[in-house]
Parts: sequence; structure tokens; C-alpha cells
Amino acid sequence: MELFANLYTGFEVALTPLNLLYCLGGVFVGTLIGVLPGLGPTATIAMLLPVTFGLPPVSALIMLAGIYYGAQYGGSTTAILINLPGESSSVVTALDGYQMARQGRAGLALSTAALGSFFAGTVATFLLALFAPPLAEIALKFGPAEYFSLMVMGLVASVVLAHGSLIKAIAMILLGLLLGLVGTDVTSGTPRFTFDIPELADGINFVIVAMGMFGLGEIIRNLENEETRDVFARKITGLLPTWNDIKTITAPVLRGTALGSALGILPGGGAMLSSFAAYSLEKKISKNSKNFGKGAIEGVAAPESANNAGAQTSFIPMLTLGIPSNPVMALMIGAMIIQGIQPGPQVMTEQPSLFWGIIVSMWVGNFFLVVLNLPMIGLWVRMLTVPYHLLYPAILVFCAIGVFSLNNSTFDVYLMAIFGVLGYVLSKLDCEPAPLLLGFILGPMMEEYLRRAMVLSRGDAMVFIERPISATMLGLAVIGLIVVLLPSIRKKREEAFTEEG
Amino acid sequence: MSGFGIRNQKDFYSGLLFIAFGVAFMWIAQNYNFGTPRRMGPAFFPIILSGILIAIGIAIAVRGVTVAEEPMRGFTLKGLVLVIVGTLLFGFLVRSAGVPIATAALVAVSAYASQRFNWKPTLVLAVGMAVFCTVVFIYALGLPMPVRGPWLGG
Repeated sequence: MELFANLYTGFEVALTPLNLLYCLGGVFVGTLIGVLPGLGPTATIAMLLPVTFGLPPVSALIMLAGIYYGAQYGGSTTAILINLPGESSSVVTALDGYQMARQGRAGLALSTAALGSFFAGTVATFLLALFAPPLAEIALKFGPAEYFSLMVMGLVASVVLAHGSLIKAIAMILLGLLLGLVGTDVTSGTPRFTFDIPELADGINFVIVAMGMFGLGEIIRNLENEETRDVFARKITGLLPTWNDIKTITAPVLRGTALGSALGILPGGGAMLSSFAAYSLEKKISKNSKNFGKGAIEGVAAPESANNAGAQTSFIPMLTLGIPSNPVMALMIGAMIIQGIQPGPQVMTEQPSLFWGIIVSMWVGNFFLVVLNLPMIGLWVRMLTVPYHLLYPAILVFCAIGVFSLNNSTFDVYLMAIFGVLGYVLSKLDCEPAPLLLGFILGPMMEEYLRRAMVLSRGDAMVFIERPISATMLGLAVIGLIVVLLPSIRKKREEAFTEEG
Repeated sequence: MSGFGIRNQKDFYSGLLFIAFGVAFMWIAQNYNFGTPRRMGPAFFPIILSGILIAIGIAIAVRGVTVAEEPMRGFTLKGLVLVIVGTLLFGFLVRSAGVPIATAALVAVSAYASQRFNWKPTLVLAVGMAVFCTVVFIYALGLPMPVRGPWLGG
């Protein structure tokens, strides 16, 4: 069995003491930021990236992945205990989870979330191991035209399936693509949009963009309206579910896992869409549906399994095609490039230990989350109440030092401040920063593939339509856009994202 | 604010912003070689992208004049200015005065943006962060950053 041989390779990498340590560190930091107020995974990963540049690539990526799914977990803890979803993917968990906490069943809600997530993570890891190789196999046959069309489709899908204004998201992608082109053009050697500033000759580091727009921008937004946090349950007891509880949650966990795994593969899908969809589905088909919103355990089990499954399977397009489906994946791709790894299907064949090591580490990380976090819940509860007005100056310091350490350049710090202003102003205008970051990472790659495709076709743009795979992907992108722009579906899409929130 | 029939400020101003970015990128890109479709020059891709960005910007701005929505609110000038000034100050001080001073300055300036600002905990945080960052980043991780800048005789 090739699958088991591959998984064995993965275990050999993931179970080395050093990588276990980075995995543990990643999930710990991830959970921490998930429970701390006002700090998202994108900003944290950007903040920690400079630290990981010195690590071997596999350790760096294992740790970053750990932060990502650790943050999902921490986000659901805050959703259950204080009705404040730490991450957007745990918005629906708050609906029933917080009600359970008010009824004194906080421990049960937390363990349901943890066990559901662990089960979903295990299944999704297997799916990843099963489906990644054939997908990479197909992608290896792609030419530049297919790659260009794939990126177009990926970018379009990421905004079609995300919430918010579609047209503004597309404008943000274009702005990101343009900003990504700043720096020296690789083909002609012409410096572009650099204003003769030497620091811009190598382009803008993606860490600066991410920290400015997600780190600084988020802090300024949080300062508009400072929240106070009241923890409902200070002492958490009754962590262990009874046999009856387990029987109740089995079916929702299975459905949530299946739905989450499927939606996570879609670009733009990932954790958030999965959890919303799983909650709606469960509410529709459950016999207990009248109790939803009043502390139904199924309303915690299904979305929590789904968001974890979705978070795991969203690695599939990133690892096999080099296409980011959300800003965290975009940062992972940026981290790979800095580590000298060209993201794409060749990663699996050229760096099997990296590829399988990351996949297996996700399962190991999910295991850590269960065995460490349930006993450590007391610590997380205390972290919930760290006052934000003492936390954000510290976050700013880490951002500033992190950016300065990239090149020991004060210019980078100033540039981060500019992106902070831009991020805040754009978000006030209802323009989400995530699509800009996706475009920013893909900009130079897209231009390169476009250029190569056009050279091969002798300047004939029809190549994108004449090649069947490329045409299919462009077709899907166009259909996606048309469907969302249809008034009836547009209304439903808006409802789907607001109804439960 | 809306003297000439802007019904949705968020759409209108974001549209203008996108148009401005599009025009700026296109304007600058014109100085580069456009090339041919077969041999794309450095201006080719940016000019196409900025062209689409301008078109979408116009569409968003037009929507801002025609479709009404709730006005923009809650803009925090204090938060924006203090966070940005603190960050710029860090950049200005980190070389000349060193990491501890720059860190303390950033903490002090940015903490003032909070409604719950209180000088005592802020002072403790500023000193604590300055010591922590110096020890962790410079002494433990060995990042090549100055502890004392030229201003302090370093």
C-alpha cells in the first residue's frame, strides 16, 4: 500500500523530537491567540514568520499549520465560554455553545468541540493523504496556460464563496495583484513602481503587507469600540461526556466531518463556510431542531467537526496546486517561497518528506489539542480575560520588531504603518483585506504563467480557451461570477452569511 | 457630508480609492516597455490589471450614488493616529536610540489610544516589554539589533 508507505514517511518526519516540539509550540500559540481578545491567526502567523525563517522548512511549516488549527480550537473556546467567537469559523458554535455554558454544561460543550474536532481532523488527514497525490499527479501535467486559468479560478472562487461585497473583493484582488508586482521585473530587469527607493527593488515583503493590514489594521478597528469580556463559567467541570451524549453527537459529528471535508477543498471555502453549512444542515434534519439556539449539543458538535475538517482539507489545494484558499494559506505559500520551495504539485514528488511530514503533523497536532487543552482549560479561561488595552501595545511591539528584523530596515517599519492605514481605511469602506493578500501573493506567479503561456502560443490569447482544462477552469470562474451576481442567488448568499451570525 | 447626492459613502469613496490606485499604477506603468502579446513587456500585465481596476472602481462609485445604505460610522481618528505615530516613532528610534527605548515609546504612545488608558500599568508594560524584547530578541535569539543607539553613546 503506497498510502501507508507515504504515511510512514510522514510519521518519520513528524515524530522527530524537534518537529514534535514545533508542532506542540504551534498548537499552543495557536490556542493562545484563539482565546486572547482581538488577535487573529493571520496577524499572528505573520508576526511569527520572521522567527521561522531560520528553521528547516518542514519544521517551520509544521509550526505554522499548528497555529492555524490551534487558533480554530481556541476560537471555539471563547465562543462557548463568553459568546464571543474568537475566529469567524466559530460564530455558529457560539449559538448553542454559549447557551450550554449558561446551563452549566460548559465542560460538556468544550469536550464535544474537542472530540468532534479530533475525529474530524483524523478523517480529514486521511482524505488529504488519499486525494492529494492524484490531484498533484494531474496538476503535474499542467502547462502555463492551465496554471494561469487555475489561479484565475482560485481567486474568483475565493471571493464568490466568502462573505461581503463581491465587486469590492474583486477590486481588492486586483489591487493586491498590482502591489505584488512592485519591485524588479524578473524577465526584463526593469524596476517597477519602486520610486527609485532601493528598499523596494526586491518588492514588498508579504509579511509587511500582512502585518500592516491584519495586525495594525485590526488593532485600530478594535480601538473603535473596546469590548468588555465577562466570563460566564469560571470553574469548568463535567468535561467527560456520558454514553448518551456520545450517542447524540455521533451522527452530527459524522455529517459535519463529511460536509466540512468537501467544502474545505473549495478555494475560499475552508473553515468558515464549512461551519455555517454544517449548522444549517443539522438544524434542518435534526429531530431535536426546536432546541437549536437553546443549548443543543448537536449545534456544537456539527459545526466544530466541520470547521476542523475544512481547515485541514483547505491544505489540499495549497499543497498540491500552490493555490491559497484563504489568507493563512497565502502566508504559508509565502513562507515556502522564502524557504526556497516553489509551491506546486512538484512539492510532493521532490520533497516527499516535507509533504507527508506536514500532513501527518496535522494529525499529531490535533491529538495534542485534545490531550493538552482539556486539562489546560483553566489556563485558557484565565487568558480570556487579559485586558485588551494592555495586550495591543504588546502586539504592536511584536509586529514592529518582527518587521524590522526581516532586513534590519526602518523603511519596512514605515511601510507597515502605511499598510496599516490602508488596511484600516479599506475595512471602514467595507473592503475586506483577505482578497488583497491572496492577490498579492499570486501576482508575480500569475504574470509569469501568463507570459510563458503567451510565448508558447506565439501571442495568441485563444490558447486559454482552446486548451480544454484551461477553458473549463475559466468557464467555472465565469459561471461562479454570474451565479453570484444573479439577484435571487445573491440574496440567498447574503442570507446564508448573516442568518446565523 | 453628501452635498451632491452620494447615498452610500462607503461605496462611493472606496470606488474613488480604487480608481485613484488604478490611475496611479497605469500612469507609472506607461514609462515601461509594453511589449507585444507574444513578448510581454514589464508594462503589459500592470496596465491590463489597472485598466480593469479603474473600470470596477467606476462601477463601485456609481453604485454609491445610486444605491442607498447606512452611513459610515465609528471612525477612530485617535486610534489611527496614535497607533501609526507609535509605529513610525519605533522605526525612527530603533536605530538611533536602540530597541528598549523604541519599544517603550511605541507602548506608551499606542496605549494612550485606549479609553481605559491609565499611566501606571502603561509604565509597567512599557518597561516590561522593553526588558523582555531586549532579552529575548537580542540576547537570546541573537537578532542583530542595537541595544543602545548612537544617541546613547552606543
